[in-house]
Amino acid sequence: MRVHHLVALAALVSLVALDAALAGPAEDFAAAYAKAEAASKAAVAMKTQWLPTASALAAAKKAGEAGKYDEALALAREAEALANASIAQAKEQAADWTNAEIR
Amino acid sequence: MLRKVLMLGLFLVGAAQPLRAADTADPQAEFAAFRKYFTERFAKVPLDDFVNGPYSMDEGLRKQWKAIEEFPPYEFAVDKGKEMFATPFANGKSYGDCFPEKGVGIRQNYPYFDTKAGEVVTLELALNRCREQNGEKPFDYTKDDMAALTAYMAFTSRGKRFDVKIPDDPRALAAYRKGEEYFYTRRGQLNFSCASCHVQSAGNHIRTEVLAPALGIMAAMPIYRSEWGGMGTISRRLVTCNSQVRAVPLAPQDELYRDVEYFLTYMGNGLPVSGPGARP
Repeated sequence: MRVHHLVALAALVSLVALDAALAGPAEDFAAAYAKAEAASKAAVAMKTQWLPTASALAAAKKAGEAGKYDEALALAREAEALANASIAQAKEQAADWTNAEIR
Repeated sequence: MLRKVLMLGLFLVGAAQPLRAADTADPQAEFAAFRKYFTERFAKVPLDDFVNGPYSMDEGLRKQWKAIEEFPPYEFAVDKGKEMFATPFANGKSYGDCFPEKGVGIRQNYPYFDTKAGEVVTLELALNRCREQNGEKPFDYTKDDMAALTAYMAFTSRGKRFDVKIPDDPRALAAYRKGEEYFYTRRGQLNFSCASCHVQSAGNHIRTEVLAPALGIMAAMPIYRSEWGGMGTISRRLVTCNSQVRAVPLAPQDELYRDVEYFLTYMGNGLPVSGPGARP
């Protein structure tokens, strides 16, 4: 391979690496938000959504739109955790509620 | 040896409990158990007095309530409701045309299970359906005009004994059971059920308020709450209860809300209508 081919190849690899590095936080947030949103929708469908979940998700979206990706990522992960906790609560209660019945 | 004694003890306790499949409902047995629980726990409270909620639990609150009742804050709502009942819709019909007995003295029969539609119909739902069937826009379920209408209808029914029926229809039993499940299910980030406050903690304080017992809790609705600075319906109370435990509320008159109203009102059968009421 000729030198100028090697130089062009090296430049192309650098550009790809740079692009990946710059897109990381935004992509990470987008992936986390998608997971949180899916979990939140599942909680809503089960009628078990918590208020803090909705707040965290909204705050994550707002932070993401403002480019504050570190904050947005943390909020998205918090929203996902809250949504999953509410779903776990509903599943547990579906089995356990009868223990509280007056008999 | 100790372990054997403990195991024997656990076995005996378990054997002493009446066995009932978790997925079956027995409204009559549950009614009796519910009644027994509250009347034994609060043995000094006359049965009919349970409809007065926190005022049956705390003498100091009761005195304040009696003073308030001299000039009841729900009076304006009753007057407004009476006027609305007397005012025809644009098509010439009126609320009385939608209800038995012209809507007077019937609060004690709600909610009921509509076997044609296969669902629980509450008074609030029936009123908005009346409006829509007569070309009028529905009201917000939680306050203002809806509260005024239900306040008037409750007032005309004061003293009548609740008589909510569960017809011999598996769908009615299922609605009752779903309401029962809703009542006992923990929800929200604070992980409370309706029973957490109104069964286990009935008569106790939560912050400055005394928690009303679940027995008869529907009887005084709608209520003027000092906390709200205005009237609120059963829908409003259910929505705010959900928010207070950090659960996203359902839409007013959601099927689950109607089912829990069905269950709770049935549990209060035989108690007198006391609404509209005033609460802290």
